[in-house]
Amino acid sequence: MKLHGLTAWELRLRFQDGSAAPADVLSDLKGRYQAVEEKVRAFARPPHFEEDVSGSSSGAGALQGIPAVIKDNICRQGDPTECCSRILKGFVAPYDATVVEKLKKSGALILGKTNMDEFAFGSSCETSCFYPTRNPWDLGRVPGGSSGGSCACVAADETIVALGSDTGGSIRQPASLCGVVGMKPTYGRVSRYGLVAFASSLDQIGPITKDVRDNALVLSVIAGHDGRDATSVDLPVPDYLKEMEKDLKGMRVAVPREYFVEGIDPEVREAVTQAKAKLGSLGVTFGEVSLPHTEYAVAVYYIVATAEASSNLARFDGVQYGLRVAAAPEDASALIGMYKQTRDKGFGAEAKRRLILGTYVLSSGYYDAYYLRASKVRRLIREDFDKVFKDFDLILTPTSPTPAFRLGEKTDNPLSMYLSDIYTISTNLAGVPAMSVPCGFSKAGLPIGMQIIGRPFGEADLYRLAFHYEQNTSWHKQKPKL
Amino acid sequence: MRDDGLTRRTGRLANRLTGKPAKNCLYTHEVSDTKHAEMMNYEPVIGLEVHVQLKTATKAFCGCANIFGSRENTHVCPVCLGLPGSLPVLNETALKSAVKVALALGCDVKHFTKFDRKNYYYPDLPKNFQISQYDMPFSENGKMDIRAQDGVKRIRVKRVHLEEDAGKLIHPESGTESLVDYNRAGTPLLEIVSEPDLHTPEEAYVYLTDLKLILQYLDVSDCDMEKGSLRCDANISLRPAGTSGLGVKAELKNMNSFRAVRQALEYEIKRQAAVLEEGGSVVQETRLWNEKKQLTLPMRSKEEAHDYRYFPEPDLPPFVISAEEIDTIKKELPEMPAQRRRRFMEAFGLCEKDASTVVASKSFADFFEACLELYGQPKKIVHWLIGPVSFQMNTRGQDMAELRLTPAALTELIDLVETGKISQLAGKDVLQEMLESGKSAGKIVVEENLAQVSDAGALLAVIQEVLAANKKSVDDYKAGKENALMFLVGQVMRLSRGKANPKTARELLVEKLRSL
Repeated sequence: MKLHGLTAWELRLRFQDGSAAPADVLSDLKGRYQAVEEKVRAFARPPHFEEDVSGSSSGAGALQGIPAVIKDNICRQGDPTECCSRILKGFVAPYDATVVEKLKKSGALILGKTNMDEFAFGSSCETSCFYPTRNPWDLGRVPGGSSGGSCACVAADETIVALGSDTGGSIRQPASLCGVVGMKPTYGRVSRYGLVAFASSLDQIGPITKDVRDNALVLSVIAGHDGRDATSVDLPVPDYLKEMEKDLKGMRVAVPREYFVEGIDPEVREAVTQAKAKLGSLGVTFGEVSLPHTEYAVAVYYIVATAEASSNLARFDGVQYGLRVAAAPEDASALIGMYKQTRDKGFGAEAKRRLILGTYVLSSGYYDAYYLRASKVRRLIREDFDKVFKDFDLILTPTSPTPAFRLGEKTDNPLSMYLSDIYTISTNLAGVPAMSVPCGFSKAGLPIGMQIIGRPFGEADLYRLAFHYEQNTSWHKQKPKL
Repeated sequence: MRDDGLTRRTGRLANRLTGKPAKNCLYTHEVSDTKHAEMMNYEPVIGLEVHVQLKTATKAFCGCANIFGSRENTHVCPVCLGLPGSLPVLNETALKSAVKVALALGCDVKHFTKFDRKNYYYPDLPKNFQISQYDMPFSENGKMDIRAQDGVKRIRVKRVHLEEDAGKLIHPESGTESLVDYNRAGTPLLEIVSEPDLHTPEEAYVYLTDLKLILQYLDVSDCDMEKGSLRCDANISLRPAGTSGLGVKAELKNMNSFRAVRQALEYEIKRQAAVLEEGGSVVQETRLWNEKKQLTLPMRSKEEAHDYRYFPEPDLPPFVISAEEIDTIKKELPEMPAQRRRRFMEAFGLCEKDASTVVASKSFADFFEACLELYGQPKKIVHWLIGPVSFQMNTRGQDMAELRLTPAALTELIDLVETGKISQLAGKDVLQEMLESGKSAGKIVVEENLAQVSDAGALLAVIQEVLAANKKSVDDYKAGKENALMFLVGQVMRLSRGKANPKTARELLVEKLRSL
């Protein structure tokens, strides 16, 4: 097998015994990129394989010499950070995000930036201002989104590991659709400093990897308190690699009935049911529970997330950086005209839809009916989870109601697109950690993922369940034919 | 709330378009005396919103230096530039300064508070929202006792909250583009809002003066209106005298001095009274004070007011100020001006006027107390401070800190005068020389040979010279004009460069004149 098909853990072993060096991996990845990128289009811009790797295998970092890619909304000094939006055209970040600093410090080699839905607004990677990314398992289908580029990149073996960001499912849904492992950590577990904000109270950066062990490895590198992010939490980071090896005996897992109702694809339901049976054989006990406020999650999310986005994205106005379009002759004021023209030409349709929605729900006279009420329901959703976790260690659900859909299938119907995140949104509203792990394939050969949800800062428990499941299945070893 | 040239322009445009009667928007100070009398039937109701820049070492939400007057855009970072991906982190020192002010104003400091985003577009606001506090300011319900014309008056302070300042627009004379300097962006700003308890422009003036003094005593701000480290907006409405309802208010902006606040309020009282007298109604709007024309002009109406879409700042978790922290800050509070004035009167026997004058500048009062430690005569010190030292400060345009004077140097000088070594007049010259050369009073007296001369022999020569040079005054004196003697004494003092003992000189002069 070529080196690009290996995991970070496997490469580490090869670097240690001297049977491979980082330069070999880069060279293999370059070949792979040249062979498949034209079909997949996972990158936002051509990556750089010319990293100086001299001595990079000798360091002691956890990801020493391991190639990684990051989503285009994560700042890396000297690199364009455009969030796949025209409005940030030409913006080169003058600083490193905290996660980039940590990756570099651990010895990782950052190849480049991956494609995404514009400002992470989307579930299919089709709202990127560049081009849609395609699902490596079926090039006529979407990879999911918004971290579709990172997930497709991992699935297509164009990188070893990747980082994405997750506001309502943007790591887990594409991970599920691409057959890779994606983790959205607890809110506050990973610093958001340097992540271009979509919805500040929901965003988290997380790892996207080929298997659970790599995921735990990358999270141990990027997790931890950061003085530059006031919402990052000062709690010790457990040794995930060690914790996940503990057996599953006595682990209690809840299955919420609200997640298995209409709209779920029968093949997805079947795959998750099979996974449940497998886990049962490993010592896990199950119980059915209710998360009664689930039905409000999508509505609450599209109020809170768009409200925060409307304010977070106000700064893209043509004044300091990125796109600037001069006022048109009919504009009464040069300044307001510049604002209007810049934002009109700079943002795509989905971004505009969300910014208008967010502006509306915060407007005087509507705040109480929308934002305030949504904040209250958000608290109820969080309490639903608290209640379940009194009796259970984890919650198991499907990640996405369907396997990957066709390109263009949902672009004309925003609501059906929004519903593809129906299983993932609640956890962002509650702030709890959740991950997607491959658990089967549809008859058409499309990957299916299951979602594991845990207590705040209980990532080790998620990894433990996922690791043992993975050890006893082989879904993660399947590769798309490209 | 900031002035906003943009809406200012659109505001004017809108008014032109709606063609409102001139009396509502362009009232121009043509008030007859009869109308003036009628105005007395209205009571003004005034509330002030004061913005104060806190002089912390670093900005409110990042580590950049908080310095005024540097080269443009040299104290900036991703956070205060609002670059994509940056996040704010609260500067604890700024919060502590803010709590100090709130406690000094007798506010309740909340244990639990949060920040909010105030959303509006303007190029000096890098994120197009300002981090501010909306419905849960960290402190409320304070008070200030001001010394109004008719005695001490209690003005309630509605709230004090912390927010970030914006950058500054620069409009070069040539060229069609405007420039932005972000050095000020993100510096900590305190908003102090009074209840509408002020009823005259003079009270507003005194409130501002007293507030500024408190802030200076707390050493939290430079309070320099010209540099913009203190800004004031005023809300004013009129109501029929003797009633308690509230009329429709106007918000006044763009006043660049306390005097301008007073003038703008005086103008606005006349304008609103004239509108009401003519049977019209005051329009709720924001008006800008025009210093040149000495009048207020409409900027934007209530309908044009911004919808700031306030919502809780998701990047800053709500924060807790513990009772212990509040207690610690309370204990560290310095003596406030009112307490100090009282102490100076009681402990040192100063009259209220002198005590107020000394206390009105913290550095002045500190200097006074430092002198007292070296020289136990408070009234003599006050006499010198309010007199010659103040004179020097005014003519030099320097404040106490800039003046080249130490308490030891001044008390040495006072002692030389009080012990008769030099005359009072020479003392003033010595002070000037001290400030210019930095030499001690004693050294100057020796070098310039300024020791007071009481010896008749030494003075006679001078007197002869004066008499010879001023024949007319001599004749006047002889003709019975007593004033002429004063003039001659003055000439002796001048010719002796202040060295002559004035008493001896006068006696000798009278003696000489008699013998002529």
